[in-house]
Amino acid sequence: MKKHVGLFSQYFIGILFGWGLIISGMSNPQKILGFLDLFGSWDPSLIFVMLGAVLVGLAGFYVVSKRTQAFFGGALHIPARRDITKPLIIGSLIFGAGWGIAGFCPGPALVALGAGHLKALVFVAAMLAGMEICERFFTGHRGKPSL
Amino acid sequence: MEIDWLSFAPIPSLLGGMILGLAAACYVFLHGRILGISGIISGLLHPKLTDSAWRLSLVLGLISAPFLAALFFGIIPIVEIDSGWLAIVIAGLLVGFGTQYGSGCTSGHGICGLSRLSPRSLVATLAFMAAGFVVVFVIRHLIGG
Repeated sequence: MKKHVGLFSQYFIGILFGWGLIISGMSNPQKILGFLDLFGSWDPSLIFVMLGAVLVGLAGFYVVSKRTQAFFGGALHIPARRDITKPLIIGSLIFGAGWGIAGFCPGPALVALGAGHLKALVFVAAMLAGMEICERFFTGHRGKPSL
Repeated sequence: MEIDWLSFAPIPSLLGGMILGLAAACYVFLHGRILGISGIISGLLHPKLTDSAWRLSLVLGLISAPFLAALFFGIIPIVEIDSGWLAIVIAGLLVGFGTQYGSGCTSGHGICGLSRLSPRSLVATLAFMAAGFVVVFVIRHLIGG
């Protein structure tokens, strides 16, 4: 029973996150590119999205920092690493380059896929291929927690 | 730099952002995990029976979000994709590779990482934003200009 509640909760959080992306306009690649176009006609919207998200997130993570378990049970899987590494920086730069080319990052790409855009489907397929290439030839640490 | 006042929408941005933060907060409170979309997707590539179900549930939620937004609120999401097919494929490969190599994307590093004041995520966020600024500058103003 509890397992199903957990799965439904995951599903609803996915929907909620998708709605956040839709309402904030971040599911639209042109909106992202408008933000990244610092030297053109600049759309600062993304700063306000991050501001809203981090304000609420700060409260949420503060509450969780006082707890030892997840509400649905099990340990907290919160990364403890603090070391700034080369893969962290190089990987993020590569991600940012791809983000700047099409204006898609993983979440919005899934939402656009769900809205029926074929190019989003192709993007997600290429993204999975990129993840697999990294995993197979570069990192090979699948199973370890992210971040 | 000039502000694109026609596109700039501070109120929906702030509101939508707060919903994103709420989703991330609910996720870590209820499930004890970071709501990092790239990590959740990449875990599906080599599925383990124990965790594929929840990863898939979350991904299905994201995919069904536009349909349900239309159904409940009459909101049709605007998605304008101007990139050509080749650009889409290259961008996808880079985003997949980079998020895996750099351990996160805009949700895991950007929203969650900054919310928990992680120095790694701050560095990652500055790095992917800087790269995004440079690439858009090159594409729009050096090549396209």
